[in-house]
Amino acid sequence: MKINGKDSVLVVLQLSGGNDFMNTIIPYTNGIYHDSRPTVGIPAEQVLPLNDTLGFHPRTGRLKALYDMDKVAIIQGIGYPNSNRSHFRGMDIWHTCEPDRLVTEGWLGKTLYELDPQHENVLTGVSFGRGLPRAMAKAGVPVTSVGNLDNYGMMTSIQQDQERLESLEIFKEMYAPAVGSGAVRDYLSQTGLDVLKGSDVIKKAPQTYRSTVDYPDNPIAKSLRDVARVHFADLGTRVFYTQHAGYDTHANEVPTHPRLVDELSSALYAFMQDLWEHERAEEVAILVFTEFGRRVKDNGSGTDHGSGGGAFLIGERIKGGLYGEYPSLDPSQQEHGEDLVHHVDYRGVYSTLLEQWLGVEARPIVNGHYEQLQPFAA
Amino acid sequence: MADKDLALMAHLMRRAGFGATREELEAYVAKGYEEVVEDLLHPERFPELDDTLFCRYYALGSTMVDATVMWHARWLYRMINTQRPLEEKMALFWHHVFATGWHKSENTPAMVHQMDTFRRNGLSDMRTILLDLSRDPAMLDWLDNNENHKSAANENYGRELLELFSMGVGNYSEQDIKNAARAFTGWTFAQPIPLYPYGYYSTHFEYREGDHDDSEKTFLGHTGRFNGEDIIDIVVQQPATPRFIARHLYNFFVADEPQVPAWQIEPPQDPEAIEAMCQAYTESDGNLRAMLRVLFNSASFKAARFKRVKSPTELIAGTIRLVGTHRFPEPGLHDLATASTAMGQFLHNAPTVEGWHTGKEWIDGGTLTERVNFAVNEMADVSKPGIQDMIQRLRAQGPAVAPETFVDTCLDLMGPLEMGDEARRALSRYAHSGGELRFGTPEEADASAARVGRMLQLIVATQEYQFG
Repeated sequence: MKINGKDSVLVVLQLSGGNDFMNTIIPYTNGIYHDSRPTVGIPAEQVLPLNDTLGFHPRTGRLKALYDMDKVAIIQGIGYPNSNRSHFRGMDIWHTCEPDRLVTEGWLGKTLYELDPQHENVLTGVSFGRGLPRAMAKAGVPVTSVGNLDNYGMMTSIQQDQERLESLEIFKEMYAPAVGSGAVRDYLSQTGLDVLKGSDVIKKAPQTYRSTVDYPDNPIAKSLRDVARVHFADLGTRVFYTQHAGYDTHANEVPTHPRLVDELSSALYAFMQDLWEHERAEEVAILVFTEFGRRVKDNGSGTDHGSGGGAFLIGERIKGGLYGEYPSLDPSQQEHGEDLVHHVDYRGVYSTLLEQWLGVEARPIVNGHYEQLQPFAA
Repeated sequence: MADKDLALMAHLMRRAGFGATREELEAYVAKGYEEVVEDLLHPERFPELDDTLFCRYYALGSTMVDATVMWHARWLYRMINTQRPLEEKMALFWHHVFATGWHKSENTPAMVHQMDTFRRNGLSDMRTILLDLSRDPAMLDWLDNNENHKSAANENYGRELLELFSMGVGNYSEQDIKNAARAFTGWTFAQPIPLYPYGYYSTHFEYREGDHDDSEKTFLGHTGRFNGEDIIDIVVQQPATPRFIARHLYNFFVADEPQVPAWQIEPPQDPEAIEAMCQAYTESDGNLRAMLRVLFNSASFKAARFKRVKSPTELIAGTIRLVGTHRFPEPGLHDLATASTAMGQFLHNAPTVEGWHTGKEWIDGGTLTERVNFAVNEMADVSKPGIQDMIQRLRAQGPAVAPETFVDTCLDLMGPLEMGDEARRALSRYAHSGGELRFGTPEEADASAARVGRMLQLIVATQEYQFG
């Protein structure tokens, strides 16, 4: 899909561990909230209200600033039926759109296949961090996973530039396709040469990047800055994947969670600033998701795994506001008598992004038909 | 140049273990191939790895804390240091076939116990192995047998026992699955105390007679009031079971086969090898040791050098054994586990019950980068004992080592490895670019050692090094 002549771009930001949605968007006037959370609850007077019942966590002022500019859609009570409280299974379900079966292909892997059916560009999908998230995996779809953008590629541990260049030349020779060596060897040599090609192209990104935006010093800000650098270099990337870890706050939630949401909020703000400065915000949409919400009641130190979490869509083209409805805190309305109930199926949000933003048919990717939101401004 | 026996021994040790140093290989060759095979098949001839030292440095061995990365690293440490290589290799084999992961239970210690079971019974007979598997808490949870009740059967375990763990699809009916599942009702595990805030307690198998469906069942043509043991007794007698297991053994030890779901339509590449193992199975009442004896001594095994893409585990453990580090619980062990995960294999945590897709499916752009960079990085420090040993052996060739001898000797000491023309030419070009290796003065020796290090880095970056 083209936005002002540019290809639409999706940035997926995964909050790993299960973000505590109730302490991110806080039902600050609800007595049950305060009664259930004697340890981790945020006092009503500290929240940053967005209306008469809900407020942002006090450390997410920058995210609220974006919200006040109508750039943030808050999706309340997102999840899937029969919530699974395991992180890994929960994350799998989000990654593969298969709540009942274990499979190895991810929704974004299938999306990349549709966006670049001939696999012409090894950078159509770029993931920051080591290893490939299952969401991006599909046999035959090349995805570039970048551990460190400033030092990406083969044989990066060779310190001396001259030695490394020489070694890469030799690598290229060693991976030259050989006649009659068989399908496996052909594939291996192609893969090796693809990596060289990808790293050759992607290294332009840090070289050409100029910006006055000062990103905060935290891991998710670093990843989003990497996204910006690659996006501005116009390398044809349509899907970026980033992760912010540490949200599994069973214990010590009080010091940990505020720091995490502060990092997230300030990183997103800097990223948007950067996009605006380069006039490249129009074609970017960000999805922030997590595998589940956390238990309504705290455990005296943190909160255990729950369900019915929240997600965010952020971007210049997003119609800001509240989507879905905040899950009821009334115990009689809770799943397993202790968890928030979801009202928005995550596959509906994926379908929204696929069809309304990336221009790809959703049904075969999310395995069915799910109700979509209307979060994009005309 | 390496002699034939040494190259063959290196092949055997890569497959039946995790590689061997040159010194070890020389000792094995002196002992003779068949005798080494017997040693491998009889791990009890060698002492168990003493874990106490490990536990003093890494405080998890004795307590059941849930540190997934360290448990993974500890297994790699075992592979690197064991004197019973086939025992570890068989545990890995069964982990591939009976693929279980902690990501469902979030109970890594249960997975560690499962591996202890495979270590103990991995070379025994199929009946013992399947029985232990069916009583393993990690497996019972993974495939929901704790939800398999007299009042409402859950078919998950019954189905996979037949489809993925013994016979393979096409050898039984849906009704057989249902009845197998009913026979395993009541096979469950005792719930440990909840995770938080007490920490981990190990689970154990529990048979609940009251929850067992004791009624009559028909399974593969047999009828009776079958319990789980009876199902396994029938399964191990089916000709499909040795065929299926033999093909797994072939895929793991000899040469890459297609992924399991394709086995129905694609015949094995070497039916005779499968047949020979099946015969050994029948003659030995399903003994794995007998099947492997036939396999390792067969001409097709001996000829199948470099026909498999190494798994991340094999690549890492093999590379570390070459450079001679981690022979002691030194710091940095967890980096090996992290590297393996980045290459696509998080031990104790199979992605699905289908297990890891092997062969060429280990490789994508990201994992190849991880594999190359890991191995190149391991060769960077020439002071490592394994690299020093190679340098000493090069030095023993004379005061000046000609470029071609330089390449040949390095390839020999790293395997011996076989290179294609492209890689061989590129390595020669590198060797010639610096002329002869000289060790006369300390400066010459240092410069030559650095060139050896770079040569080894180039060798481990090759496509050829991805094969074992």
